[in-house]
Amino acid sequence: MIFKGKVWKFGDNIDTDAIIPARYLTTSDPLELAAHCMEDADPDFVKKMQAGDIILGGENFGCGSSREHAPIAIKAAGVSCVIAKSFARIFYRNAFNMGLPIFESAELADAIKEGEEVTVDSAKGTIIITDSNKSFTINPIPPFMEELINDGGLMKHIAKTRGKNETK
Amino acid sequence: MGNTITEKILMAHTGLKKISAGQLINARVDIALGNDVTAPIAINEFKKAGGKKVFNKNKVALVLDHFTPNKDINSAQQCKAVREFALQQKITHFYEGGRVGVEHALLPEQGIVLPGDLVIGADSHTCTYGALGAFATGVGSTDLAAAMLTGELWLKVPQSIKFVVYGKLQKWVSGKDLILHIIGRIGVDGALYQAMEFTGETIGKLPMADRFSMANMAIEAGAKNGIFAPDKITADFIKKRAKRKYKFYASDADAVYSDIIEINAAKIEPQVAFPHLPSHVKGISKAGRVKIDQALIGSCTNGRIEDLRIAAGILKNRRAASHVRLIIVPATPEIYKQALKEGLLDIFMKADAIISPPSCGACLGGHMGILAEGERAVATTNRNFVGRMGHTKSEVYLASPAVAAASAVLGKIASPEEL
Ligand code: SF4
Repeated sequence: MIFKGKVWKFGDNIDTDAIIPARYLTTSDPLELAAHCMEDADPDFVKKMQAGDIILGGENFGCGSSREHAPIAIKAAGVSCVIAKSFARIFYRNAFNMGLPIFESAELADAIKEGEEVTVDSAKGTIIITDSNKSFTINPIPPFMEELINDGGLMKHIAKTRGKNETK
Repeated sequence: MGNTITEKILMAHTGLKKISAGQLINARVDIALGNDVTAPIAINEFKKAGGKKVFNKNKVALVLDHFTPNKDINSAQQCKAVREFALQQKITHFYEGGRVGVEHALLPEQGIVLPGDLVIGADSHTCTYGALGAFATGVGSTDLAAAMLTGELWLKVPQSIKFVVYGKLQKWVSGKDLILHIIGRIGVDGALYQAMEFTGETIGKLPMADRFSMANMAIEAGAKNGIFAPDKITADFIKKRAKRKYKFYASDADAVYSDIIEINAAKIEPQVAFPHLPSHVKGISKAGRVKIDQALIGSCTNGRIEDLRIAAGILKNRRAASHVRLIIVPATPEIYKQALKEGLLDIFMKADAIISPPSCGACLGGHMGILAEGERAVATTNRNFVGRMGHTKSEVYLASPAVAAASAVLGKIASPEEL
């Protein structure tokens, strides 16, 4: 997978209430959720961003609630992938389970400025900043997670492997 | 090399003879939980994958507690979708209307989750059940769909951090203060991906209500689960509730931990988490003068009968300050009835409190207690993120029921000692 897009920077501990505030959880419609993506962290985010752009977080991105509405809102807003120093564990699960690509790179988060363009190459495990041509490595995706993404998420993975004798 | 209680419970839910931290497993699930916010997505995924029947109708719990009593048309639609599914699938543990309580108070009270269980819930505070000596963790809606379909879920065996708590608790200091103190110490990602195992002489004496509020907030340190080894106190709690078999597990003496942290509980005063992180913790003596507009006593953290008794003890023959809206939310119908029987509701009403039906409403800024711009609330809940209880420029201060009740009376964040 290759993603090329402009980076929108956020700080540490961006929680799910900031990604999609609870007041919008009376629906699970992706487009309605997308309209409020990142609203409590940056109210203008959805207006400013373009399809294919990348969210860049600090430590513990996606902490807080288990709401899958958070990765759904991000994906439906057109964000191509999320890069962060580290992810909260339920957000991490959710992203892979529903097929939103996420990558960990602590160095990139410190080195890049908002608005710069990057190219993420998940196969090579690199992120390159277009202007400066600086290269960063991404923490490798665990094999099982790659399997989930390749199968198109957890439910498709289950449909594929059901009946077979799994990881016992 | 021995195993931790977390590893042992996980191992018992696989066919494996050996297990170690970091390993990826497929585990059998005893209870899979969803609510009116997360279940609709899960039900959709379940159907999309061709699901016709849940793996076991006695092992799925669906609790409509977040935007209920229905806040608006959208939330009514969500509840309707879950209700139709629950009735069609003949789900045993389906709760709504006058039977509904806040899920994490309700399930242990009703004996639905038991020691030794493996519980997954599409709600991050599912970790609450670790207080019973169960492995319980929050997951997403797709995970819930997978578990409802197959009765299994993929999990990574977490490393464990052991917290050894010793020393006698000071007056007004509760499990809530202990966990706030711990989160303040290790940070909101201090236990990321790990299990938090609570042990030590202080923990051994801690009542179940306090253990529940501690396990409840393990997620606030990024943990996968919080866990207490079950003992006599657990046995007393569970005896009258369990309708099926359960098992007590304990860590081996030579179990491996990523870290061992000792806490002298005798040195801890009542704690307050300042906006906007649960780790932004100060002792009450260092809180300064923080005027409040609202006090909320309730939620899956501190809405149990023990919490209401403490609040009532403080509010008796007193009234909330005239500028403070005091909202009290008994977490389940049983707690509500018990509070009525004990005369607690009478005390609350005389203190000018609003008594809410069991609901998550105010805790997550859903409804029935939203904050306006610039307003401040002290709450016995578990999260104080930006906008958690309303406007993005409102503030939430997390504290125990004792501090919340005293603060309501004095109109500012205060210790019961100041009354
Ligand atoms: S009471 Fe609050 S924290 Fe607990 S389940 Fe409800 S919304 Fe979540």
